[in-house]
Amino acid sequence: MTDLEKKVVQDDGEVNDGEVQEIELKEGEVRIVLNGQPTVARKGEKIISAAERAGVFIPRFCYHPRMKPVGVCRTCLVEVTGPRGATLQPACYVDVADDMEITTDSVKAKKAQEGVLEFLLVNHPLDCPVCDKGGECPLQDQAYSYGPGETRFIEEKRHWAKPIKLNELVLLDRERCIQCSRCIRFADEVAGEAAIDFVSRGDSIEVATVSAHPMSPYFSGNIVQICPVGALTAAPFRFTSRPWDAEQVESSCVHCALQCRVSVQSQAGKLSRVLGVDSDTVNHGWLCDKGRFLHDAIYSDERICEPLIRKGSKGGVANDNLVPSTWSETLSDVVDHISAALKDKGPQSIALIGGANMVVEDAYAWVKLAKSVMLTDSVDAQMGDGLDADLLLNLNRATIDDACHADCTLLACGDLREELPVLFLRIREAALSGSAKLVELAQEPTSLTKYAVASAIYAPGEAASSLQSIEGQVTQLVGSTGEGLVILLGKASLSQSSEEIRSTIAAMMARWPNAKYLPILRRGNVMGAIEAGMAPGVAPGMLPGMESNYEKIWEAWPSQVGRDARSILEAASNGEINVLFLLGSDPIGDFPDSRLAHAALENTPYVVALDAFMTDSSSQADVFLPVALPYEKGGSVVNIEGRLTDVAPKVVPPALVWPEWAIASEIASQLGRDLGFDDRDDILHEMVGLLPGWEQLLDGQEKNAYFRDGLLVHGGGTSGDHQNYMDPIAFPGIASIDQQGAPMLTGLVQDGGGYAIEGYKTDSYRIESYGTESGKDRGSGDHGGHDLQEVEGDEKHKGAGNAATAGNRQDETGGTLYVEQDKEFPLRLVAKRELYYGGTLIGASSSLAPLRSSQRIFVNNTDIPAEVAGTIDNSTEESPTVTVVSRSGRIRLPVEISSDIPSGCVVVHGDASSLINIADMVNFVRLEK
Amino acid sequence: MTVTEAPKIVTSRIEFDDSNTIERFLATGGYDGLRKALSMTPEEVASEVNAASLLGRGGAGFPAGRKWSMLRKADTTYLVVNGDESEPATFKDHLLLERDPHQLIEGVVIAAYAIQAAQVFIFIRGEMALGIERVTQALNEAYEYGAVGHNILGSSFSVDVVVHPGAGAYICGEETALLESLEGKRGFPRIKPPYFPAAVGLYGEPTVVNNVETMSNLPWIIKNGGAAFAALGVGSSTGTRLFALSGRVNNPGVFELEMAKTTFRDLIFDKSLGNGIKDGKALKAFIPGGVSAPWFGPDQVDMHLDQDEVGKAGSMLGSGSVIVMDETTCVLRTAWRITRFFWRESCGQCTPCREGGGWLEKVLWRLENGEGREEEIDMLMDVCDNLAPGVSWPPQQTTICVLGSSIPSSIASAIRMFRDELLIHVKEGRCPFD
Amino acid sequence: MPHLSEDVISRARALVALYPKPRSALIPICHLAQEQDGWLRPEAIEEIADIVGVTPAEVLGTASFYDLLHTEPVGKYVISLCTNVACMLSGAYELLEHSEKTLKIRAGGTTSDGMFTLEEAECIADCNNAPCIQVNGRYFGKLSKSDFDKLVEDLRNGNLDDVVPPHGTLCRIRRAVGLEAVNGTAARPAQRSRRGRKK
Ligand SMILES: Cc1cc2nc3c(=O)[nH]c(=O)nc-3n(C[C@H](O)[C@H](O)[C@H](O)COP(=O)(O)O)c2cc1C
Ligand code: SF4
Ligand code: FES
Repeated sequence: MTDLEKKVVQDDGEVNDGEVQEIELKEGEVRIVLNGQPTVARKGEKIISAAERAGVFIPRFCYHPRMKPVGVCRTCLVEVTGPRGATLQPACYVDVADDMEITTDSVKAKKAQEGVLEFLLVNHPLDCPVCDKGGECPLQDQAYSYGPGETRFIEEKRHWAKPIKLNELVLLDRERCIQCSRCIRFADEVAGEAAIDFVSRGDSIEVATVSAHPMSPYFSGNIVQICPVGALTAAPFRFTSRPWDAEQVESSCVHCALQCRVSVQSQAGKLSRVLGVDSDTVNHGWLCDKGRFLHDAIYSDERICEPLIRKGSKGGVANDNLVPSTWSETLSDVVDHISAALKDKGPQSIALIGGANMVVEDAYAWVKLAKSVMLTDSVDAQMGDGLDADLLLNLNRATIDDACHADCTLLACGDLREELPVLFLRIREAALSGSAKLVELAQEPTSLTKYAVASAIYAPGEAASSLQSIEGQVTQLVGSTGEGLVILLGKASLSQSSEEIRSTIAAMMARWPNAKYLPILRRGNVMGAIEAGMAPGVAPGMLPGMESNYEKIWEAWPSQVGRDARSILEAASNGEINVLFLLGSDPIGDFPDSRLAHAALENTPYVVALDAFMTDSSSQADVFLPVALPYEKGGSVVNIEGRLTDVAPKVVPPALVWPEWAIASEIASQLGRDLGFDDRDDILHEMVGLLPGWEQLLDGQEKNAYFRDGLLVHGGGTSGDHQNYMDPIAFPGIASIDQQGAPMLTGLVQDGGGYAIEGYKTDSYRIESYGTESGKDRGSGDHGGHDLQEVEGDEKHKGAGNAATAGNRQDETGGTLYVEQDKEFPLRLVAKRELYYGGTLIGASSSLAPLRSSQRIFVNNTDIPAEVAGTIDNSTEESPTVTVVSRSGRIRLPVEISSDIPSGCVVVHGDASSLINIADMVNFVRLEK
Repeated sequence: MTVTEAPKIVTSRIEFDDSNTIERFLATGGYDGLRKALSMTPEEVASEVNAASLLGRGGAGFPAGRKWSMLRKADTTYLVVNGDESEPATFKDHLLLERDPHQLIEGVVIAAYAIQAAQVFIFIRGEMALGIERVTQALNEAYEYGAVGHNILGSSFSVDVVVHPGAGAYICGEETALLESLEGKRGFPRIKPPYFPAAVGLYGEPTVVNNVETMSNLPWIIKNGGAAFAALGVGSSTGTRLFALSGRVNNPGVFELEMAKTTFRDLIFDKSLGNGIKDGKALKAFIPGGVSAPWFGPDQVDMHLDQDEVGKAGSMLGSGSVIVMDETTCVLRTAWRITRFFWRESCGQCTPCREGGGWLEKVLWRLENGEGREEEIDMLMDVCDNLAPGVSWPPQQTTICVLGSSIPSSIASAIRMFRDELLIHVKEGRCPFD
Repeated sequence: MPHLSEDVISRARALVALYPKPRSALIPICHLAQEQDGWLRPEAIEEIADIVGVTPAEVLGTASFYDLLHTEPVGKYVISLCTNVACMLSGAYELLEHSEKTLKIRAGGTTSDGMFTLEEAECIADCNNAPCIQVNGRYFGKLSKSDFDKLVEDLRNGNLDDVVPPHGTLCRIRRAVGLEAVNGTAARPAQRSRRGRKK
């Protein structure tokens, strides 16, 4: 106990009203004296952050709260009294200590700070008027606030040729660089790819990359954001605008199901930039390049902004008979077809695929339309590439934080860097810092393999049995119940069958009953859509079962469990579906089995597409309804861990675009039912009254930071004490714009959609009228432990359509699978999804389309047939190609031979959907010349 | 008597042409010290070195024995020998590496034994190609002889010694930059804390970093006992030490002198040593311990070559290099050249050092060429103050390592001691010595 | 086909085996690559990165920190002329000026025949022989202007081939004995517990 603590204890008894009390120290706190004031600081924290919390800002450049301090720029020098008197110490590097005396504003400290700022400007070009960063530049800002005001430097400055490319997205102007090394440290420390480094020495050091190995376009935008000067600029944003013209709003990124927190900026009504916001629960301020740069897709010339209707027959050349129309014509056509289908074949003949890129409110309206008006349960937000909804309901769920602080984190999913890039950053950091021990189960080595304490590579079809090889390690880390085990569960490969995943989960649950699961799903708001009920057999709120739950919600509901995406497509290909809604989905492009998708669309008489672009599928629609894209609409979203955040609209959608909920509402009303919604807020109100966990919205937790960390509405994870970091350097855009007088709008209602944090108190949000009982008792996360055998017995997947071709079957006992090798096709297919592969929006984004991954196959050299090997050897310079053939189809791609690929497998990076038969347990292929 | 009769401790063999060979080495008592050390316990060896009170010869003058005793207890401990010698006008290790490599190896193995090092790295400045070759050759011989490697000289002690060539960067002489360089990285000095490699060193393991000369003293100390060593010199400055004399003297060179017994006057003027100023000119100023050190004037020439005495007078003995300026020397040009050196050798991580060095160099160059203004002399002092607040000695730091805070020394010395001469440059618009 | 010769690669692997961590061999291997090519070619940088397990950017970043590692081609003989204080006080700048005239290049330049690169060096620790220079790391001291010219002539004519190897050859003596280095197998015992105290 320190003297101070003793004193506090002694003083404790005395009541000392009104008087300034000695500071009481809690566990883990120390007392410091900051500029003469006694102040509480956290043990182990840096002076710079203790001071910041006490309201004393210390200038800084190299320090980033999410990276290790290096103390190189020396801007943060303060006086610290130690054994040798007061010395100048870097506040970003030195830990606070008990009774440490810190002076940030003494003559000596101020002179040192001024001195450093003057030094920083010595070789800085001061071309602020033409610099992208001008107006939001920490160097500019801090030079004004903490610098000497003028420079005495009259010598010639260092000169370098103008910008060089670090990759297709990021440019470097070396003259402006102040050598803070944030970008270099980010690349190495955070992204794990030391693609840039300092070159040379002294005042000629420059950031450089080796031209043959540019920085990969996965996380490179972050270095632009954290660069404290205008040295790093983003190619898509350069020269487009001045920061003081920017307006911004805080939102969540919906380009993948992680839903990183972002600030969305626009200039003159046009989206200009997306920046990462520090959310402690999710993204720590980082974004992937896809999330950061994809927004330009909304301005693509290819975008469809008006309703279209087919005049004449399908097929023929392109879509010359898909012609502009009006909403009233298109919607009444849709309603006519619905009515006819209901009359002819009943609700089962209507199906909906998609919805993962809707906000929860929109999805809920569509679910209500489908399930309570059209009475069909055949809705599926997933595309056969995720996890079956019934499985999701039965998982004991974990949060991202749980996964980052687990005794063992078992990766049983695809390559996270490709699937959910920022989650890769979080898990990698956890593994490096030792806060989580990784064990991996994969079909090929992944970006996390080198951080795993154990890694098992298994051949497709053998996931469950491969558990044996890592069981020992896992149990050693977590004990036999699996307490402390978090399993990241997802499709290891697009060709992986649901049956295999089911049997693997069964095996995992049997081994580690107390394990928690974090579902690795990719599509934007897929969890939110499922939360809204956009899955067969699922009621809103992710409640299983039929009547019991719907009863509390709606006046009518489906009488039969519906089909999932695969069964819908199978039924459609057999002519059993009359009306198919594509809710922003493109089965031909995205469903793992493109042959099935083709057949389904060909055999469906009436297809309605809600989309913004002509895709392989939407071009086959009979009616095309244009919808808004991200940042054009507001609402709620839910991420993979069940965390609810808000997305805020920043720009208005094109004039003829309707909100998705409004389309549902209108169809319902023409069918004779009122969904009861006048705007998205109405829907939110209804959900708050019904959905478990959503009642938290009423609990008065609506603090400003509240939506930054979100609310766990689903899943059993714990929400800890969060600290979000935002300082002018970690977040240059916003802080400086704030100084310019454009405050950040946090989720403020803009135009009908969305809702405001403040808005919970406004009259637009009348919460009293909604009961909260339905949700209260069903606290989140009590769905675990459901008996999975029951699920295994479910027959609903035995749909017709293309029957299993090879010896793929499921053992009677359920859980163990037996795969028979196909003699003609000796190899097993692994179809890896890459970040930039496919995706309509990527194709429409002028900055990202060029990054589309080149398609390629990888194979172990032991698997190359002699006749194929001959052709590979001959080609020296050109990269050789081979053909991969399955019973479904064939593709020809460049090939790379790699000893990392397990023998017996062919790994395809790119579109393998023509090879995949979704009905097969394992997709067998062979190589041909 | 100006130069004492103290024994030659580290330069006893260099008079022989073949002083680098193992034959000569063995013929002159080589590896006897090691043999004796191996018959003692590691603790006994260390306490002998403690008794000798051997101060580090790399510049900071920290007692070697104390440094060893600060080692964090760990399974793996490394010994790293600092043979980077790049401090301007310092060329003593150069001599030891080329002319008595076996003596260094013997010292190194003794030290490795005392601290039970897992491995030894001798980091030799890349420019010293011959030194690298000689030490490599000597190592080959020593392995064969059994003085390095498994079961050294029949004992149960084994250690491997690796010669690691540098690649040309002064800053790698700074011990933490050296460790970074040895780890295959850019030679960026490490930020403190941790303060000592003895706690966190090479690969994060406890590490002793000692200078080549420091190591070369060990065979003698073990053979003759720490007390014999401590009997030489004055006070805490024990033993003998190599001084490198250069500049405007008739006989520049490396001289082994008993510590603290000789004065600068002796060193510069004694016939057996510097043998006076060139062309009979007058002494104008001298730098007592490397270019980081503040300068002394002719009135301080009777000071002893004593770490404490020089320290009290506001400078340092540093690496033991004495640079002599005479009346024909332009001090501004000297200060400029020293600043130019620091500018070129700054590693570049700390802003004040990276940017300040170049700035000062440019201003000094203009002044030297008669293109400066009077007020720029004060500006120089103020910029120096931003590098080393107070411009005092020992310097206060605004930077990670002391390179940055060493830059002001020569500039401040030139301005404080010879302001008038600087003003002449300004007034005449040219260098009066041109 | 690797760019680095078989000999260089096997010596590089032996170097890696000398250190507890492979990256420590980075700089010594750069010296080897320079011994082969005279400078660090981009192909060599790639291969070194592979051998020590870092990225090419890290090899370039590290190598470029050091004056002796050249990421641009240099002459067969790199003449490093010290102009630091001790040499300056003994006429180094006058010698530099003279050498620029003799070689017809400025400091930092390479003669058109690729024979000589002239550099202004910092102290090369041979101050008692000031003014002094190094040619490919080999010392020549107390040089008068005519000494310099004669040296250049001798180098050009190959009279000094025994003394001055082509640029990049740092050490002509190989580690011939010792432990793992010779066969390049097992690395150093990473841990050695405080071993047997004798008494
Ligand atoms: C900028 C700088 C350069 C240095 N250069 C050398 C050097 O070339 N050789 C050396 O032995 N020590 C040098 N040192 C001192 C080392 O950091 C370290 O103190 C020394 O190697 C310890 O050895 P010793 O205790 O045997 O003296 C330098 C220090 C600094 C700050
Ligand atoms: S003071 Fe200079 S040399 Fe030392 S670490 Fe800082 S920049 Fe590098
Ligand atoms: S040294 Fe502290 S912010 Fe750079």
